[in-house]
Amino acid sequence: MSRPEDILPPDLFYNDNESRKYTKSSRIRNIQANMTSRALELLDLKSPSFILDLGCGSGLSGEMLSEVTPEEGGPHTWIGMDISPSMLDVALQREVEGDLFLADIGQGVPFRPGTFDAAISISAIQWLCNAETSDVTAEGRLRRFFEGLYASLRRGGRAVCQFYPKNDVQRSMISGAAIKAGFGAGILEDDPGTKSSKLYLVLTVGGGGLTGDITGVVNGMDDVSVLDARRKAAEINNARGPPRKGDKAWILHKKEQMAKKGKVVKASSKYTGRKRRIAF
Amino acid sequence: MKVITANFVTCAVKECKTSPASFPLHFQDAELEQQELDFQPEFIRNILPRIDWEALRTISNELGFPSLPDSKPEGDALENEQTLRDLHRLLLETQVTEGKLTCGNCGHSYMIKEGIANFLLPSHLV
Repeated sequence: MSRPEDILPPDLFYNDNESRKYTKSSRIRNIQANMTSRALELLDLKSPSFILDLGCGSGLSGEMLSEVTPEEGGPHTWIGMDISPSMLDVALQREVEGDLFLADIGQGVPFRPGTFDAAISISAIQWLCNAETSDVTAEGRLRRFFEGLYASLRRGGRAVCQFYPKNDVQRSMISGAAIKAGFGAGILEDDPGTKSSKLYLVLTVGGGGLTGDITGVVNGMDDVSVLDARRKAAEINNARGPPRKGDKAWILHKKEQMAKKGKVVKASSKYTGRKRRIAF
Repeated sequence: MKVITANFVTCAVKECKTSPASFPLHFQDAELEQQELDFQPEFIRNILPRIDWEALRTISNELGFPSLPDSKPEGDALENEQTLRDLHRLLLETQVTEGKLTCGNCGHSYMIKEGIANFLLPSHLV
């Protein structure tokens, strides 16, 4: 299947024609609506909030933010950013309630620190993995984006970004950049292994009554199994147990102890702790 | 662009991030429009602590509104529905449809057309 990301940069790919097609297609609208409601569920907002929509396009996702009923904690006020003028033009014609910006999220997020309660992004951030000119890099664009986003969210805020990574490299590049910016990050995958699998990057900003990361977010949700890569790594470490007497780790430990006492200790090398070869 | 947004947006140029003069951005040649929206007292109460009152006074002066009170309404004043309605009218219903936003530090102007601000930067400013 061809990926629009591989064809043209977003501001050129979504021209008047593509933008209209995208917004009119009932299939796309359906998928977008489902993903937005899932993202809202993950954001778990209790009261009318101030939300940033990154890559808002024609406002398909923003529209749903304005439509959340008061019983569910809405309606929310939102600001949308998108790089495609044609998409924003369609949004204008559809008279969405949010405030719109023509901006490149890879150039940063130009808001005061602590502005937003939450951020949402539907099918947008994989575009950041493409550098369109030689003076920018994908890593640099991702870094600027996540640093800006981290600063503009208030403490205890959350961001949910649904994205389509091309492969595992892109997936880890995006989540790695988010973690470097300071977010607590986790990925939620819906319908894994199927063609319609959807990835949600759930980002949390520490403080303000919210503890932990995505595992706290999905706590209490049905049909979610948690695969914690960190726990697995810790288990492997623990399974090895303390170093046994005579093995390399034990020898190195003893040598360190002796060196600390001021004794003369032979230098360690790759041969330390190995058996001598049999002489004959 | 709504007035509430103008109270949060800063200059996107990298050098301006550290300068206090880059906020608020100053309106020039602004054309205004009123858009009716549902009144949400709860949202106003939620957002008010985050509003920079000095900046809001500056902005409303530039847009030619009667001057606001010296200090931000707090505590009991938030129970007064008329205060909240006035804030709702100013923050959410007032929109700048055409004009320019200028940074006080670098002097860069962001154009506003049909209510959409253009924050795309040439690559040497990023």
